[in-house]
Amino acid sequence: MGLIIENISKKFISKHNQMHALEEVNLNINDGEFICIVGPSGCGKSTLLNVVAGLEKSCEGRVCLNGNVINGAGPDRAVMFQESALFPWIKVIDNVEFGMKMAGVPREERRNRALKYLKMVHLTKFQNSYIHELSGGMKQRVALARALTLDSKVLLMDEPFAALDSQTKTILQIELQQIWWETKKTIIFITHNVEEAVLLADRVIVMSANPGKIKKEFNIQLARPRKFESVDLTYLVADIMKELISEVEKVAKFEYDSDWNMEADTILSDIDNNLGAGL
Amino acid sequence: MITIWELVYRLTVDVLGIWKPYVFPSPIEVFKTFKHLLSNNILIVAIIASMQRIIIGYLISLILGIVLGLVIVRYKYIDENVSALILGIQTLPSICWLPFAVLWFGLNDSAILFVTTIGSTFAITIAIQSGIKNVNPLYIRAAKTMGANGLNIYWNVIMPASLPTIVSGMKQGWSFAWRALMAGEMLFATVGLGQVLIVGRDVADISQVVAVMIVIILLGLLVDKLIFGKIEANIRYRWGLNSN
Ligand SMILES: Nc1ncnc2c1ncn2[C@@H]1O[C@H](COP(=O)(O)OP(=O)(O)OP(=O)(O)O)[C@@H](O)[C@H]1O
Ligand SMILES: [Mg+2]
Repeated sequence: MGLIIENISKKFISKHNQMHALEEVNLNINDGEFICIVGPSGCGKSTLLNVVAGLEKSCEGRVCLNGNVINGAGPDRAVMFQESALFPWIKVIDNVEFGMKMAGVPREERRNRALKYLKMVHLTKFQNSYIHELSGGMKQRVALARALTLDSKVLLMDEPFAALDSQTKTILQIELQQIWWETKKTIIFITHNVEEAVLLADRVIVMSANPGKIKKEFNIQLARPRKFESVDLTYLVADIMKELISEVEKVAKFEYDSDWNMEADTILSDIDNNLGAGL
Repeated sequence: MITIWELVYRLTVDVLGIWKPYVFPSPIEVFKTFKHLLSNNILIVAIIASMQRIIIGYLISLILGIVLGLVIVRYKYIDENVSALILGIQTLPSICWLPFAVLWFGLNDSAILFVTTIGSTFAITIAIQSGIKNVNPLYIRAAKTMGANGLNIYWNVIMPASLPTIVSGMKQGWSFAWRALMAGEMLFATVGLGQVLIVGRDVADISQVVAVMIVIILLGLLVDKLIFGKIEANIRYRWGLNSN
């Protein structure tokens, strides 16, 4: 039972190069578990999430949800994207109702349930607004409400709070924890922010790049509700950060043709040198 | 503005005599002609005839344009072979189809209807095609994760998402159709605004010519602003494209 990611490999082949985005990724996720994935940019986090969502096909391996092999997107796995991906041509409430409409839920029930979820994210006042009338944080909250209406066991979130200011982020983190607590969903949550990962997750997965692999797992056994100020949390964050920074450095070296050094001030002079040589 | 017009008329035609009265109309004359054309029903009959033609022509082009656009988007093979052709044909002013139409249908209403329809059809086809192709793929992905598939995605996501482009194509199609219709009517219609315009020329009645021109402008504006303007304003509001 649960969500089982088995031996997933994924290559992107384009005209100029071949990208090994994922290599033999294995992950067993229990029902109701909150997983956070961190890793350097471009290590294949989004790709992995999209494979689980069924939006992208893997070259090898398979994903099973409760014993059924996943093959295509479906409402049993709600997805929240980095950009809210709300529809600008309909009102907030109709956006929230969209999934239920696709499922053929009768109009009245649909409306009631949508209102319930909008209430959960404190946006009932904006039900008749259009999307462009909302702030970034409000958009992500509507997207969260829209994902929740699917009533799926699994919720996939790709850096949903990355573009938000820290206050809004904190509020949404608290809301998300509460919702997870109440609904007992299985959540896969991608983030760049290690603190956020430790705050939310039962398990933090650190990925490495080129090829994208799981490097290390951390079980977070802190009591909930968690606070940023707690010493245990800070300690764990530092631990994971160490792991992550060495990965980020590796990627940077690779991308900047090994001129890269973590001492930032040398980079600028390097660039200057290159410019001089080019003249 | 009308006062200035009248003053210019008085000055150049009556006082200085630079222009002959059949070259430059006075607003009073134009208004009189306008009333005359109204009272003997010529204008009303002409407007009805022209409107009938444009509505039929436009509806046909709407249906053909949408169907053709959808077929092109659906079948890659057709897209690759037909799209460039349509873009090429589209650069041809509709009225250039008239000789072709006359050879096909003869000197009659069908030929006029054909030139009215043809330019508009391709404008709408192109709009459908580019509108659908430019739908943000994120919307489609999001819809898929919410359980939408096949026709549902078309109807609930792709169509509304491409509506802004499609409506501006429809508007462009309308103006193509209107121009082509007027040109066609001027050449050989027995009734219609273009025909009244040509009669004005034949009897050297500049007032009639100008009066009919004004009617044509007003009708064009009316449809453009009232119908398409409203729809576009509504779309812009929903999408948040208004600057204020
Ligand atoms: N459609 C695609 N075609 C070709 N290459 C792709 C495609 N999508 C992703 N890639 C490549 O696969 C790798 C992994 O991309 P992915 O988006 O999964 O990274 P990520 O870990 O989500 O990065 P970030 O943290 O910046 O979002 C990248 O190197 C990227 O260049
Ligand atoms: Mg990503």
